[in-house]
Amino acid sequence: MREPPLIRLLPDGRRVHLHDGPIDLILEAWGQPAAVRAAHRAAAARMNGLLDELCEELAILRAPVGPLSPVPIGLVATRMRAAVLPYAADGFITPMAAVAGAVAEAVLAAMVAAAPLDRAYVNNGGDIALHLAAGESFTTGLIDRPDRPSLIGQALIRAEDGVRGIATSGWHGRSFSLGIADAVTILAREAADADAAATIVANAVDLDHPGIVRVPADSLDPNSDLGARLVTRDVPALTAAEQDRALESGLLRAAGLIAAGRIVAASLHLQGVTRTIGAFAASPLAMIRQETEPVRRMSHA
Amino acid sequence: MPDTAPIRDGDKIRCDACPVMCFIKPGATGACDRYMNDGGDLVRIDPHVILDRAVDRGEPVVQFLERAEDWDGDLVKPGGRFVTAIGAGTTYPDYKPAPFIVSSQIDGVDMVTVVTEGIFSYCGVKVKIDTDRHLGPERSPVRAKGEMIGHVTTGEYGSQMLSLGGVNHLTGGGKKQGRMTCDAILDLCNGKAVELTVDDGATVLVQAGKPPVVNGVLEERMRVGCGSATIGMFAQQWFGKVDEVVVIDDHITGVLSEHQAGKVLGVKETGLKMTGRRSTPGRYFEVAHPGTGWGGTAIVDPLSILGPFDPKVAWPGLSMLMISTTGEQHAYYELDAELKPVARDLPAALAESVERVKENCEPALSTVLFMGGAGGSLRAGVTENPVRLTRSVKDALTYVTCGGAPVYVWPGGGITFMVDVTRVPSNAFGYVPTPALVAPIEFTMRLEDYAALGGHLSHLRPLAQVLAGEGGRKLPQLQGNPWPLAPSDSKRSHG
Repeated sequence: MREPPLIRLLPDGRRVHLHDGPIDLILEAWGQPAAVRAAHRAAAARMNGLLDELCEELAILRAPVGPLSPVPIGLVATRMRAAVLPYAADGFITPMAAVAGAVAEAVLAAMVAAAPLDRAYVNNGGDIALHLAAGESFTTGLIDRPDRPSLIGQALIRAEDGVRGIATSGWHGRSFSLGIADAVTILAREAADADAAATIVANAVDLDHPGIVRVPADSLDPNSDLGARLVTRDVPALTAAEQDRALESGLLRAAGLIAAGRIVAASLHLQGVTRTIGAFAASPLAMIRQETEPVRRMSHA
Repeated sequence: MPDTAPIRDGDKIRCDACPVMCFIKPGATGACDRYMNDGGDLVRIDPHVILDRAVDRGEPVVQFLERAEDWDGDLVKPGGRFVTAIGAGTTYPDYKPAPFIVSSQIDGVDMVTVVTEGIFSYCGVKVKIDTDRHLGPERSPVRAKGEMIGHVTTGEYGSQMLSLGGVNHLTGGGKKQGRMTCDAILDLCNGKAVELTVDDGATVLVQAGKPPVVNGVLEERMRVGCGSATIGMFAQQWFGKVDEVVVIDDHITGVLSEHQAGKVLGVKETGLKMTGRRSTPGRYFEVAHPGTGWGGTAIVDPLSILGPFDPKVAWPGLSMLMISTTGEQHAYYELDAELKPVARDLPAALAESVERVKENCEPALSTVLFMGGAGGSLRAGVTENPVRLTRSVKDALTYVTCGGAPVYVWPGGGITFMVDVTRVPSNAFGYVPTPALVAPIEFTMRLEDYAALGGHLSHLRPLAQVLAGEGGRKLPQLQGNPWPLAPSDSKRSHG
């Protein structure tokens, strides 16, 4: 039986939880009270039918993208395809690599269009779309293991930094990864771009090692768009040299994406080691080493 | 309960909770991480269920937006969460306070919900099976895996009734019988299919909210009415298109030309002669033995219930329709020169009326009501003065729910209630090896009423504290169930 979408205000009275099937959004807006309410309403309205629209084109969205692959019709689906298209020439990728970011973007766009807001975010399970009016900023926390969240760093994102999307990918997360990174966090211009790039860079953090357990994606989830491709299920303790090799491989990929203007910055985490690349004009990613306090707000997994 | 059986591909189940329609492998969850294939059953993984009262739950979001103009930005009314007893655990001995005594504010009144999973040694299920097919004589033993777990009880409209479980089968009939009884009623309560055999009767596959399968045949329709009622309902549509109609029914077989409805229309006498016992004109009892053939009788050839036509009245070419009460079986005859009925193809004009009979039959279902008595020591977990809880329930000051679902509290002594198991969240029922069933039960009342009946006030926990506690899982309130904290502001519960 189709469950209707769930819409509710969280007990803090500020954040809204929207849930429909696999879509789980936490959003928050700042501005005049009437504007905030209008934004909440717009978000709820945008959510209505969004999943159904995506599912109508699910077959296209789960198929590899290439110059000749079918083009979807829906707005969110079109955005997903556009976000992954730059990677199509390098190998296998499907629009699903950008689904979380594209959904977050779409809901945020509806909120911003409905009312003037100072700041807003839509967090779709760690893939976050941001809105920042001039002079505003967000401080975001970074975590390396979505399964046991603890703050390992934070990033100050200011309106002038040109970052409106944050995404994280890793093999512990809900989506599968071909690589061994615990987490790769990407800052990009838009959430869908960040989402696609996080997948690509996380896949690139990798090395040949007999101890790494990889299994066909469809043996774990028959619906996976990755089919029989091998996804990471376990990574043994690696030597410092092995960690370096895997991280270097990912950094190389991230550097290429920064040079091509596809992302702004990346932070790669593997077994307690963090490497960062890319910088904002005025605020480099400030890394804080392992802290135990779990992230309560704006954490992304 | 899902409306239809889930679609399967090998051992994978297709989840229909959202349009993604994941195929889920055994032991795995869908894309949402909320639904799981648990050994072939699609279940929501909710160890301790807290119902969420979403705004206009069950209605599309559009409706909610239509009146968004006066919306105050709150997406859910305060008091939108109700802690069910599912997974709450139970206490032994019972005089300890129930595991969760929760207070919350609803419409400005402090409400208390006492939540516990009751161990019901006194419990069973009443099963209504929408079929005219004879499942077995009344009082016949009903067996699961060979053990007697209940009996066929008095029949009801269009339905055969089974009474299963109860204290005598659970605890009075030996170890094996107790275990089989417990297993069978537990499965029925949790929405699983159970095969039951009736002594001197049929084998029937029963699953709450699903059509019954009698002797391997899926029962699709419930009868439109008894044979006589069917004549009354369709006489006008048959008049002028056919000379005679016989509606075969194990209880009351109807004959158009003799029936009051036929007389009023001026249907001619046909000289038809029926077996069985005439009750009133056009209404016959006991035309055949009960069975799984036409209209709940043992009839395979409908002509077997007719004597020869009266040659003084009948005429060659006389046309006759014979039909069962569900329209499932039907045959059309014309009399030859010797006044013998000869089967012919059904004329188009009559085919329409046969379809109409079928169309007017409701889908046949098996429905399962859990019945349990909470009159015993379970009440001590709620209050220091157990009988006051019973009185409070009778006085309608205390509202009883089972996993958040509305219950019918049987009048008289004790708190014996019945609940439609399909309105309780899935897998809410459990068992203890005693054997006895474990079922959720919640008592909701005003704080002052709770104090008045000697409640365990020192064990009250505010709702927020329970919500923040370990392991609670949230689940939307099932469509159609009134909200437990405000049962009166909802539409009247069906039943």
